[in-house]
Amino acid sequence: MSTVVEETHHDTHHDHKPSGIGRWLFTTNHKDIGSMYLWFSFTMFLVGGAMAMIIRAELFQPGLQLVEPQFFNQMTTVHGLVMIFGAVMPAFTGLANWMIPMMIGAPDMALPRMNNWSFWILPFAFMILLGSLFMEGGGPAFGWTAYAPLSTTYSSDSTALFVFSVHIMGISSIMGAINVIVTIMNMRAPGMNYMKMPLFVWTWFITAFLLIAVMPVLAGAVTMLLTDKYFGTSFFDAAGGGDPVMYQHIFWFFGHPEVYIMILPSFGIISAIIPAFARKRLFGYSSMVYATAAIALLSFLVWAHHMFTTGMPVFAELFFMYCTMLIAVPTGVKIFNWVATMWRGSMTFETPMLFALAFVILFTIGGFSGLMLAITPADFQYHDTYFVVAHFHYVLVTGAIFSIMAAAYYWLPKWTGHMYDSTLAKTHFWTSLISVNVLFFPMHFAGLAGMPRRIPDYATQFADINQIASIGGFAFGLSQLIFLWVAIKCVKGGEKAAAKPWEGAEGLEWTVPSPAPYHTFEKPPKVE
Amino acid sequence: MAEQQSYYVPASSPWPIVGAVGLGLIAWGAGHTVIDMSKEQDGYGSTVLTIGLIVIAVMLFGWFRDQINESMSGKYSNQLGDSYKQGMSWFIFSEVMFFAAFFGALFYARVIAVQWLGGDSNNAMTNEVLWPEFVAQWPLVKTPGGTETQAMGWYGLPAINTLILLASSVTCHFAHTGLEQNKRKQLTAMLGITIILGCIFLYLQGAEYVHAYQDLNLTLDSGIYGNTFYMLTGFHGMHVTLGTVMLIIMFLRVLKGHFTPDNHFAFQATSWYWHFVDVVWLCLFVVVYIL
Repeated sequence: MSTVVEETHHDTHHDHKPSGIGRWLFTTNHKDIGSMYLWFSFTMFLVGGAMAMIIRAELFQPGLQLVEPQFFNQMTTVHGLVMIFGAVMPAFTGLANWMIPMMIGAPDMALPRMNNWSFWILPFAFMILLGSLFMEGGGPAFGWTAYAPLSTTYSSDSTALFVFSVHIMGISSIMGAINVIVTIMNMRAPGMNYMKMPLFVWTWFITAFLLIAVMPVLAGAVTMLLTDKYFGTSFFDAAGGGDPVMYQHIFWFFGHPEVYIMILPSFGIISAIIPAFARKRLFGYSSMVYATAAIALLSFLVWAHHMFTTGMPVFAELFFMYCTMLIAVPTGVKIFNWVATMWRGSMTFETPMLFALAFVILFTIGGFSGLMLAITPADFQYHDTYFVVAHFHYVLVTGAIFSIMAAAYYWLPKWTGHMYDSTLAKTHFWTSLISVNVLFFPMHFAGLAGMPRRIPDYATQFADINQIASIGGFAFGLSQLIFLWVAIKCVKGGEKAAAKPWEGAEGLEWTVPSPAPYHTFEKPPKVE
Repeated sequence: MAEQQSYYVPASSPWPIVGAVGLGLIAWGAGHTVIDMSKEQDGYGSTVLTIGLIVIAVMLFGWFRDQINESMSGKYSNQLGDSYKQGMSWFIFSEVMFFAAFFGALFYARVIAVQWLGGDSNNAMTNEVLWPEFVAQWPLVKTPGGTETQAMGWYGLPAINTLILLASSVTCHFAHTGLEQNKRKQLTAMLGITIILGCIFLYLQGAEYVHAYQDLNLTLDSGIYGNTFYMLTGFHGMHVTLGTVMLIIMFLRVLKGHFTPDNHFAFQATSWYWHFVDVVWLCLFVVVYIL
């Protein structure tokens, strides 16, 4: 893709880092901010994971054992919110912060102070959201989608805090996205034209556009919830001429592009890792770019496939069904391109590659179950069952999360300057791979057999399946502690990493030493 | 594309973290203020909210002061200027999408929700069973639940306001060309007129609200027509207020002799923002008032 003809020289005296807590509070450095995003994200991953453990523990047996149904609902709701807005999205923003400037030959993000602001909003937003769990009446319990009237007429007062914390999370995401998009448009090194950019940069470019387009719509939607609950409006109340289904339309107009916000950067990561370990150029680079753009554009036309059972006119059901199925085409292009990249490559199976391969296979399973859900008449059966839960956990856990793990294992040597313990890392991979399938694969069957989602109790015929899933869940949760161990060990020390620890890796980030100097590319590198 | 020059990377700054604390306090305080209001109790919500607003005001003042000083001392590169311009454009795009949510709600309510409640599409039984008396109409002056109100006409105040805001966009443009051609008198005069027009608009909008509440019984809680009317015009009014504040700051900076014909990003951004609120008003005038 790109080769550097002029080695950049680094002034060592520029490389001193500010010390103390002030470094982290006042920083304008993309690497520091990236690290803070990544650690924040992992913390939230553990918090959201702990909630998942409570859910799986309650579902271990039929009947009510551990928690009250109302608390169970709070757990499913906040688990979703924390994982989406606290774990996956900040992880991608962290990766963008670390990697995009290095990949395009820029010294930093375009708007470094705003960058720090976007990060530091997040801890406050999540303190408010998580704090609301301890309020009188409990935290949000209406599902992460916050459907009216569950979130208006029938919700507790924590709704107000939910709304405002979502607002500031949105501000953070929008500022982060503006920063990414402006960095890419404005900070590329000479010669780094658009069609030479690594795919991670391309996918984030498009993701940032999606974020700026839909986060404000979410802000609008939750604002209407707030005024409906507290200020007497009736946007989502038929007695005043509104419609609860209207909330779902506005929400999913945000929500469906949001789904791609959480997967497009993954596509970029996988497109970096597979060529590196297959030692071949990425097959079909430009088709990857066009496919990403096509997915993003289509994502604005498919939102109502989440609402097939709400009684829309048949024309709308058909329109959204066909548009949804169309998405399989550009996504298929990507899957085939990855497979074609590996075709006759000299493959090796280091940890990042293992996660990337698992991603390709398991994300495809999630994609196919998505295709099943896209079929309107079939969806009437699957809607709100565990089949849906299985589907979106395949795309989000074995999709998004696995790609984040792959990215971490791919770039950790660059970040820390040390190689990690690859035996431990591979242990993390295999335990995660096995447990995640034990956890989520049986859910398909539970769903097809009719087990509804978001319930603390279930009919006894689902007992075995749930027990298996719960065992997988506990194992998957524990496996992630191995990752924490690997990461801390790697930060603290280990075998020294070369500038390019992976033989087949390509890109500007591998032309700088490991660990990457505090300031990279103060003079732009030349890209041919 | 980047030029072959050394990059400018801003030094670290305390303001972002102050801003984050401020936003956190605002969110927390606003949430509790709303809860306190609904329970009619005295809580700590409004105190926290006020502190948050003060922190944000201090942050804005400090951040912009540093920014202006750095800019005036010639530290910024053209590349950074481009980053600011692009950043502002994308910010305005995000604002457009925020309004799109409410325009979308208006469209859905008017074309779908109200019609279906009246029995349209395949909803004859919805109407028959729930509210057989209900007649679909827009403006929705009688809700299915029975709340009655009157519609706001487009002539009179709204039409005058439209002319005022359109005129202010023109004067804002001439202020900008005055700056670009280094005609400082034109700049000052036109900018001053823009601010006055903005204030008149806000005053008339307030008068219109009073008229709506007192004479038309058109309130925020009088059904979907009042909801969309107040949310759209209200959020627009908040944006005009912010735009006016920005214009006033630009005016003060112009009086201090800031800005040159080829270095005036802050002014340009403010002017873009002003044109943006103007365009939103035009859309609003058509779909909320006229149609």
